[in-house]
Amino acid sequence: MDQKLQAFRETVVAASAAKQPLRIRGNGTKDWYGQALEGDVLDTTAYSGIVAYDPTELVITARAGSTLREIGRVLSEKNQMLAFEPPRFDGLATLGGIVAAGLSGPRRQAVGAVRDFVLGAVLMDGKGDVLNFGGQVMKNVAGYDVSRLLAGSMGTLGLILEVSVKVLPRPVAQHTLQFSLSEAEALRQLNVWGGQPLPISASCWHRGELMVRLSGARAAVDAAIARMGGQTLAYADAYWDALREQTHDFFAETAQGLWRLSLPSVAAAITLPGEQLIEWGGAQRWLKTGADAATIRAAAVQAGGHATLFRGGDKSVGVFHPLQPAVARIHRHLKNTFDPAGIFNRGRMYPDF
Amino acid sequence: MNTLTEVAFTPARQREVVDALRAVLPSSSVLFNQEDTRPYECDGLSAYRQLPMVVVLPENETQVAAVLKVCRRLAVQIVPRGAGTGLSGGATPIADGVVLSTARLNKIVRLDPYARTAVVQPGVRNLAISEAAHAHGLYYAPDPSSQIACSIGGNIAENSGGVHCLKYGLTVHNVLRVRMVTIEGEVVELGNEGLDAPGLDLLAVFIGSEGMLGVVTEVTVKLVPKPQAARVIMASFDDVVKGGNAVANVIAAGIIPAGLEMMDKTSSRMVEPFVKAGYDTDAEAILLCESDGTPEEVEEEIAHMSEVLRISGATAIAVSRDEAERLKFWSGRKNAFPAAGRISPDYYCMDGTIPRKHLAKVLLDIAAMEKTYQLRCANVFHAGDGNLHPLILFDANASGEFDRAEKFGAAILELCVEVGGTITGEHGVGIEKINSMCVQFSPEEREAFFGVKRSFDTAFLLNSDKAIPTLHRCAEYGKMHVRAGQLKFADLPRF
Ligand SMILES: Cc1cc2nc3c(=O)[nH]c(=O)nc-3n(C[C@H](O)[C@H](O)[C@H](O)COP(=O)(O)OP(=O)(O)OC[C@H]3O[C@@H](n4cnc5c(N)ncnc54)[C@H](O)[C@@H]3O)c2cc1C
Repeated sequence: MDQKLQAFRETVVAASAAKQPLRIRGNGTKDWYGQALEGDVLDTTAYSGIVAYDPTELVITARAGSTLREIGRVLSEKNQMLAFEPPRFDGLATLGGIVAAGLSGPRRQAVGAVRDFVLGAVLMDGKGDVLNFGGQVMKNVAGYDVSRLLAGSMGTLGLILEVSVKVLPRPVAQHTLQFSLSEAEALRQLNVWGGQPLPISASCWHRGELMVRLSGARAAVDAAIARMGGQTLAYADAYWDALREQTHDFFAETAQGLWRLSLPSVAAAITLPGEQLIEWGGAQRWLKTGADAATIRAAAVQAGGHATLFRGGDKSVGVFHPLQPAVARIHRHLKNTFDPAGIFNRGRMYPDF
Repeated sequence: MNTLTEVAFTPARQREVVDALRAVLPSSSVLFNQEDTRPYECDGLSAYRQLPMVVVLPENETQVAAVLKVCRRLAVQIVPRGAGTGLSGGATPIADGVVLSTARLNKIVRLDPYARTAVVQPGVRNLAISEAAHAHGLYYAPDPSSQIACSIGGNIAENSGGVHCLKYGLTVHNVLRVRMVTIEGEVVELGNEGLDAPGLDLLAVFIGSEGMLGVVTEVTVKLVPKPQAARVIMASFDDVVKGGNAVANVIAAGIIPAGLEMMDKTSSRMVEPFVKAGYDTDAEAILLCESDGTPEEVEEEIAHMSEVLRISGATAIAVSRDEAERLKFWSGRKNAFPAAGRISPDYYCMDGTIPRKHLAKVLLDIAAMEKTYQLRCANVFHAGDGNLHPLILFDANASGEFDRAEKFGAAILELCVEVGGTITGEHGVGIEKINSMCVQFSPEEREAFFGVKRSFDTAFLLNSDKAIPTLHRCAEYGKMHVRAGQLKFADLPRF
């Protein structure tokens, strides 16, 4: 067994025996995300490096501590990308961290989220056993799909050691259109376009302006420009990068509470006080507000979705939306399967596990 | 043939279970006479047959929940069943168990063109969704070749794919929400009509779980806009290795074709007389490579793909001129399984996935196995995503052939694992490949799978003889193999 793995295993076995919590951490770019941080840091950054990458297989396998800078560099040499556009946070975000946090960027509306691209993972469970799930191939139904379950698990099920993700070629052409529309008009337009064969790869509405990014073959992008109208946005790459990295002005001041509402794209405009920014064709609505959690959560449920206290605010209201009792029970059973001593990122997702 | 057990229940037990079920279902929904239960004795893997003790046909979710509560109380195993087209025996009955058929849960509850979603009951056929969405210019993307018959509930259980899933994804990428009933009789929603749900992604782990975690009662699927145009290239190669390389070259050129399929010579010779698709039956390999999108985009992409295929050594290239011809080119591929049934009394369809770069080695090894096992094998291949369907041709009535076909199949799966692939890409483990799970997963990994199962199915009563082999079973399989001296089988953790 690799020396670093051996060291992880000793730490994990000892922590399990003592029921001492461990806090799994890459470069800490998302320390602000989730509930309280509990336990001794288990640093993954030393466990890094690309294990396999063959561009014609459309798969990259890397150790969890690899940074997105490193992965991005290797992929861009072959003109490929992590299509779910995870935030890179100065390139320091690690692969393990991005999978555990389950964060996806602007292109999510068109291609899918982290979980849609995870093909396999190697996990160290609470007993220190190394488990392989999924694989390095695109289709695989041997055994339950535990590797996708790890996407967004907030490190609560175990130490992610290695991940295989599907990659995609970068689009040949990209172009961003800008439209002046009210929130309601923008939502309507986005959903109408969503039902048409247009190469829309991202969208964002903020303060009366709707930006729509088109990506694909040159001919497809040109045809869409002709059909959709609007103005061309200059410096579009910088604009979408700012959204992806959350360095857009909207994200600058989040102390009072930045909420992420995940709703059906057709949900009507949310009428809560505060400022909004809408992505993913209407399916992701960011809300900066001082409104109380119960009101926000009720509005999200009413609209058919859920609300996360993404950043800032008072975490004592619960960062993640409360679970249905039967679903919560399944969560506890799963936690118990992979982490019977309850050591990994205790309380990071929900206070009770 | 593998008839698993004759009768494993007493008349008194059957009566007890039937009475309890009749208390919660109309009597026409409870079948127990052999002539009524016979149609349920197997799924698409007809080599395995087993009469169930009882079959139930609930008509709504409340009845499903009631059935589950009865089974839970009386400790009866339940096998959910959709259309029975599964190819791994996932819906094979359990001798003293109940088969729960979704045949009467077959309504499209709601179709919302504005939201691009459809809410359907589990027994709705895959193709029926696209037919209903057609008028709105939308369709449901995953298109298994069995789509005319298979149910969405079965698709969820197997995470089914189709020839277009390289670009449009598998079932897991196209389902937003599943409502299911647990063994406790409790209704649970996984996912929701937004793009994600709070907590762990239970929907992701539920999809592909082979009816072992819960009974699906309602599904919200995504609908996507129909591309304006689609054309397919049919390219011939005088060598399978060249064909395999051509696939890699298309991807390396930055193209994700809407479909990318390959057939070997045995396959094209098998289907051509049957469907007259115009296949070049002298070619060692035929590639079908599709582009879809706007007419301009398709034009551009077809030109680009044709060039790559030519440089890769294609000996002939034909591009479909119209929709009729496109469907004709596809018809051969889509009818490969029935064609196998036509030229051979029986066939056994395998479903391994491999990293594409090992295609040539795998095909050569399979050719060598044809000699070892004295059986022919035709290979059809979802080349874009590495999912190989070797069709082993045999005659179950000829002595020893079934046995050899099974061994041939298991050897192919071991080969897939050896080159870094998996034993099943889209058909599921079921009972068919349960022994091969011992090859792919360590005891600790299999234990984790049981943990996942028990997290949902606390009573261990849902289709429990499928997919995940016990330690004991793997030990037996290991011994068998060591005796035969074929497999470096190590029942050890794989660090
Ligand atoms: C000619 C042919 C071509 C095929 N082509 C393809 C292909 O291209 N791609 C592909 O992926 N597959 C293919 N298949 C395999 C098969 O059609 C799929 O696996 C399909 O999804 C099975 O659906 P079904 O409704 O027939 O399910 P069944 O066979 O009835 O059941 C399959 C599994 O689903 C479970 N199940 C069914 N309904 C429910 C429910 N409501 N809740 C929980 N569990 C449930 C069952 O317990 C069982 O484990 C093909 C099969 C045939 C015969």
